[in-house]
Amino acid sequence: MADQPLIVARGLVKRFGDFTAVDGIDLEVARGEAFGFLGPNGAGKSSTMRMIGCVSVPTAGELRILGMDAVRDGPRIRARLGVCPQLDNLDPDLTVRENLVTYARYFGLSRAESRRRADELLDFVQLSDRANGKVEPLSGGMKRRLTIARAMVNEPDLVLLDEPTTGLDPQARHLLWERLFRLKQQGVTLVLTTHYMDEAEQLCDRLVVMDGGRIVAEGSPRSLIETYSTAEVVELRFPDGLEGIAGHAAALAGVGKRVDPLPDRVLVYVDDGDAALAEVQRRGLAPSSVLVRRSTLEDVFLHLTGRTLVD
Amino acid sequence: MVTSLVVSRLSPGRVGAVINRNVGALRSGPSYWIVLLSGFFEPLLYLLSIGVGVGALIGELTVDGRTMSYASFVAPAMLAVSAMSGALAETTFNFFFKMKYMKTFEAVLATPVRPVEVAVGELVWAIVRGSVYTAIFLVVMVTMGLTEAGWAVAAFPATVLVGLAFGGLGMAVSTLMRGWQDFDLMNTGQFALFLFSGTFSPVRDYPVGVEVLIQVTPLYHAVELVRGLCMGAPGWGTLGHALYLTVLAVAGVWFASRRLERALCA
Repeated sequence: MADQPLIVARGLVKRFGDFTAVDGIDLEVARGEAFGFLGPNGAGKSSTMRMIGCVSVPTAGELRILGMDAVRDGPRIRARLGVCPQLDNLDPDLTVRENLVTYARYFGLSRAESRRRADELLDFVQLSDRANGKVEPLSGGMKRRLTIARAMVNEPDLVLLDEPTTGLDPQARHLLWERLFRLKQQGVTLVLTTHYMDEAEQLCDRLVVMDGGRIVAEGSPRSLIETYSTAEVVELRFPDGLEGIAGHAAALAGVGKRVDPLPDRVLVYVDDGDAALAEVQRRGLAPSSVLVRRSTLEDVFLHLTGRTLVD
Repeated sequence: MVTSLVVSRLSPGRVGAVINRNVGALRSGPSYWIVLLSGFFEPLLYLLSIGVGVGALIGELTVDGRTMSYASFVAPAMLAVSAMSGALAETTFNFFFKMKYMKTFEAVLATPVRPVEVAVGELVWAIVRGSVYTAIFLVVMVTMGLTEAGWAVAAFPATVLVGLAFGGLGMAVSTLMRGWQDFDLMNTGQFALFLFSGTFSPVRDYPVGVEVLIQVTPLYHAVELVRGLCMGAPGWGTLGHALYLTVLAVAGVWFASRRLERALCA
């Protein structure tokens, strides 16, 4: 039982009328894992999260969470989930503390126990000094921390976080990551969506890249980079600016495994950056600036989902 | 069939938690208290200005062979109106705001609570609010000699039923609202009911067509039910009015929880 995956999806589909948001995905998430959904807007991440959260009924396929059926056992599954939605839906009519106490009551906890947990969680997310104030004056980062505290009020086995740090400043993001990392160390399974690659690399043991409702790649951040990118990337800019890019890209053919001409620079995907630079010089190319960097998830992401803007 | 299955598995604890949220709002500061307090006064002011004030010009009134002061004719109607507006204020304005703008229900439905439990919890709270209004209003009526204490006790559960019916109706209407502009439409409707449902003059004085139209609308039945009891003259008609209101309440909750599920659990 303990080794059974926490989430199992088989051929999961979600349609809204003619529009297919999730187009037959398979996945498994193990207990204690931090699992991420990566993808551009409209990739189907949030729809998948809502089905896992048992608020949205799958159109087709099988979805088992904590060993139970997502459609039949919704309330029993939700009793063991913590949900942090994309947009904060804290209750502005209630004080900070009352937001947590009231929420705990939905899980059938006694008033005394609800209060005890509320105080404990306010401490955990560093909001104890705002306990009796209203929600509205809180900063974005504080609201998000309160939402995460609210998601923890039932001591969940599984926490769902839909874009947990979108719109937060760097300090707030780092504080949040640190708190989520602590939860993970306590054995809580985390499932999150993000389109921040650094967030995925920081938090996720394993992730899937979604595009157009399908899973296009799956693995650990490291293994995805190894599979879909190279160890290093050389970024070259040229003095003639924007016009010559195509010509420069052609001249770079064969230097690396892949050459990606962008409007303002050329990316060359290589295993050894220094060797590649030597080859660039040998070919007599004279870039105005050179940057050798390690490959990131962002390279994988853009390679898999393309550079076209999705809205 | 599915709905009856869901209703049979209602969890009192979860319904209680939905009600508790509103108690939490009262604990969180003065703003909600002000909303509750202000809702009480409107029917009372009408009773004093029209019932007592205009009543002094009208004198006595004879309806169905019973003669009474104009104030005692209007008072039970204002009692029914206060049950209606208490329940409607909670289930329309507040319910819509929680559903559409505050996303309160979205947060609630991520927990074990089901849509029907949200609907029932909000309805019970609306009735608690309405009942506080009507209880105070009944005390005022007894004090002013507009009904007898015994009949006031009998009328109280009737006002609870009125609250249930309008609460169910209000919630159902809320789930159909597109935006605030629809509330102006609803307010107009509510005001028309308030003026013409046998509140200030007997419906028998209207042309037959209008009379029939009024007899289809809910406040008419609420007023007749409550008036019969306050006057100490319940009859078979009383039962009919009660039945109408019961059906309205059940249909309203059923419709609202279905719409809520469709809107928030897509």
